[in-house]
Amino acid sequence: MTLRTRRHVDRLFTLLGVVCTIALLVPLALIFGYLVARGVTALNFEFFTQLPKPVGEVGGGMANAIVGSAILVALACVIGLPIGILTGVYLAERGRTAAGSTVRFCADVLNGVPSIVIGIFAYTLVVLPMRGFSAYAGGIALGVIMLPVVARTTEEMIRLVPTSLREASLALGVPTWRTTISVVLRTARGGILTGIMLSIARVAGETAPLIFTAFGNQYWHGGLRGPISSLPVQIYTYAISPFDDWHRQAWGRRARADDADRGHQPVGPTPHARPARG
Amino acid sequence: MRSIQRLLGFLVVAGALGAGPAHAQLQLNGAGATFPYPMYSKWFSLYTSVDPTARFNYQSIGSGGGIKQITEQTVDFGATDGPMTNEQLAAARGPIMHVPTVMGAVVLTYNVEGVKTGLKLTPEIVADVFLGRIVKWNDAAIAKANPDVQLPARDIIVVHRSDGSGTSYIFTDYLSKVSQTWSDKVGRGTAVSWPVGLGGKGNEGVTGLVKQTPFSIGYVELIYARSNQLPYASVVNKAGKDVTPSLESVTAAAASVTDMPEDFRVSITNAPGEDAYPIAGMTWLLVYQKQSDAEKGKKLVKFLDWMLTDGQKVVPDLHYAPLPPAVATKARASLAKITAPDGTALLGK
Amino acid sequence: MTLDAPQPTMSNAAGVDGRDAASTPWVNVAPLMSTRRRRNVGDAVFRALTTGAAWSLVGVVVAIVAVLAWECAGAMRTFGWSFLTVQKWDPVANEYGALPFIYGTLVSSLLALLQAVPLGIGTALFLSEMAPSWLRAPVAFLVELLAAIPSVVYGLWGIFVLVPWVRGWVTPWLADTLGFLPFFQGPSYGVGMLTASMILAVMIVPYITSVALEVFRTVPVAQREAALALGATRWEMIRMAVLPYGRVGVVGAIMLGLGRALGETMAVTMVIGNRPEISASFFAPASTMASVIANEFSEAASDLYVQVLVEIGLVLLVVTMLVNILARLLVWRVGDAAAGH
Repeated sequence: MTLRTRRHVDRLFTLLGVVCTIALLVPLALIFGYLVARGVTALNFEFFTQLPKPVGEVGGGMANAIVGSAILVALACVIGLPIGILTGVYLAERGRTAAGSTVRFCADVLNGVPSIVIGIFAYTLVVLPMRGFSAYAGGIALGVIMLPVVARTTEEMIRLVPTSLREASLALGVPTWRTTISVVLRTARGGILTGIMLSIARVAGETAPLIFTAFGNQYWHGGLRGPISSLPVQIYTYAISPFDDWHRQAWGRRARADDADRGHQPVGPTPHARPARG
Repeated sequence: MRSIQRLLGFLVVAGALGAGPAHAQLQLNGAGATFPYPMYSKWFSLYTSVDPTARFNYQSIGSGGGIKQITEQTVDFGATDGPMTNEQLAAARGPIMHVPTVMGAVVLTYNVEGVKTGLKLTPEIVADVFLGRIVKWNDAAIAKANPDVQLPARDIIVVHRSDGSGTSYIFTDYLSKVSQTWSDKVGRGTAVSWPVGLGGKGNEGVTGLVKQTPFSIGYVELIYARSNQLPYASVVNKAGKDVTPSLESVTAAAASVTDMPEDFRVSITNAPGEDAYPIAGMTWLLVYQKQSDAEKGKKLVKFLDWMLTDGQKVVPDLHYAPLPPAVATKARASLAKITAPDGTALLGK
Repeated sequence: MTLDAPQPTMSNAAGVDGRDAASTPWVNVAPLMSTRRRRNVGDAVFRALTTGAAWSLVGVVVAIVAVLAWECAGAMRTFGWSFLTVQKWDPVANEYGALPFIYGTLVSSLLALLQAVPLGIGTALFLSEMAPSWLRAPVAFLVELLAAIPSVVYGLWGIFVLVPWVRGWVTPWLADTLGFLPFFQGPSYGVGMLTASMILAVMIVPYITSVALEVFRTVPVAQREAALALGATRWEMIRMAVLPYGRVGVVGAIMLGLGRALGETMAVTMVIGNRPEISASFFAPASTMASVIANEFSEAASDLYVQVLVEIGLVLLVVTMLVNILARLLVWRVGDAAAGH
């Protein structure tokens, strides 16, 4: 190939890259435009501080759903993050053995289990014996969903840390476990946080498993042993109803929740722009 | 960024510690049918001023879900659009009572260019369309029932429910009564094997699909068609009269049922009344006859009593049809059967 | 690879090799010895923690399979293997077959991957190699935002925006240009396999892009510069240095996206048409395993019905496993092919 041809090919692929990126961002813009158009009227102070009102009454808000979602995500993190990150470390260090391959395989399988099946699983194991719906059941279901995402991304990020860094640390006499924590994990911190963000984004939006576990609640929850409200379930309930006011609130809730998710900013090599608040 | 973290952390801790209004109230949890959810939500909200010590939390997970949860006793009461079968009742730990609450209409909504309102349908047409035997809008049968309407020569796109639902139960129950072919081939149920058509999830899904798909027809609860400004057809009833779905025609359907069974498990589709709308259904709350918790049972019975008296007055505001007075009275009388664990009746306590 | 502390031996102290105890400098090795023990304990504890975590993940998967299998035992006994090959779905007559759902899941996920992988990798490459550095952070953030949108919202947007567009513009164009293929024939309702695959693609692209972006960014500068020094154009540099280095990580990213696609429920069920039928055309409505469970589980009245749905969940698990195995074999083949030459 002549230089000119090669240059043309190069430009072609640059163009393709631009096209891909734009094609990706177009649906995002469309969805957000749609969200904002439908929901912006619902966002006000009352929205964030009030409990839901029944239909026909204008107003009310989703305060309990906001808090409920935060609690459920926090519970999920308690289960999903420690086990997920440690599993990721295991996979990165011993992933090439037969045992390691089995674990990776299980992580990928778990990733593909539909969230509603995990909801059924949590229902059978937690709700039935407890004779009731609870935030614990919801947190466990979400934690199980989070696990494989965190584990696999942690593994990939750790793999990317150059071996030379690791060897240098070990050569200095730092114990293996200390090396892993202070050198490898610290270096991979940014990527791992990306994985955590992805998993939180995923579980924060899950509806199906929560219907059978956390159940939902119009009021403030009465402790973690009882039903608890959450954003996606509330949105779903409102969206499938025939009432316009509820639709508005559902769209407003969605716009607000996206901002809330983005409030978690990953620290590390890729500083992301701060979103506009509210 | 740190301050956001701190704020969220605070929210979580505060929430976990149960920040919120006082806990002197007793919370009762219920689950089930989606169709009456707006009505129940209004009732529960109004009821807090009648009895501030009780809080009712209701989640609309579907009629089947309501039946399942009350059978497994993970909720205090259930709700369903389709009555429990004898097998389902046998599977529960004790006798379960059906308490009727409101009634609704299942309407046929359509999206046909040039036909804004006023489509008339006969039972045979409805059955044949959903069986896939009538495929074009300008079919002879439809044209005959609508002589003044200009019908296009386009294919009918049928839309049904993809999820199990009480609405489907009411609709298929009706079709089974008016069409032997339907009864043999498909039958009645919350989910059936539809011969033709696309499936939409929930009433909202069907409404959305019909709205977006030209030349389509689907069935939804009356409220959904009204709030989305979709046209709906009038149907010829058993008495031969062409009836438009409305609160009055639905109430007429219930009133015309002469032999209301003791347990209220009745089907009011294809009712014989003169002004009855043929595709109407009742919805029930499910409660254990012998409550496992006396305190909760007391509050539950008190609510049911209120629901059957004062509660019925606000029903038309939300476009549901209230129970005929005779049915409401009979239901109130049946509440006397609900007892505490030790056997004492809870009504009036 | 840890340094060993010098060990005091009897021969040193006794002066066997010509030196006596008094003239040999005494190195107090006691503190070093205790460090060595501590090091072992620390390592052992850490190993135990990671191993425990990893196997508890396996334990969760085993538990899910066990719970599902136990719950659907009745259905398995009733239908046997024919469950996987029969095309029937009649809750009233209690006759069930899972074949249409298996087909729906596999085809919709495959189509989604076909759209999402080029898009995702293309964007990741663009952001890491070609875009000006100030563009990278905001665009990456926007892409991650796509992952935060819940299924329900995708579904609603799909019904109201995507479906009319597909019906009005996309399918007529496809029918005109590619209509000789059976995939693009037949009536189009807007909802169907194609629309579902498009929504799935949008949903899984952020996973692929985010992870791929991180992977590409860690390709050592030395590798890139070496390629450029040899006279490569930017695209050639990408092809020679970046892609091979990041290949394994990219496959991991794709698996993540695939997993999401196989299990996606809400958005798919709103735009796929929910018709348990197999059709060659991508325009036709279909149904997936996840969507049938989501649609019918809460209303499933009879025991057999519930068991059948749980069995479908189990089948989905198995299908996911098989797809994973297949993907791994593919990676090994590709890896061998690339490495061997």
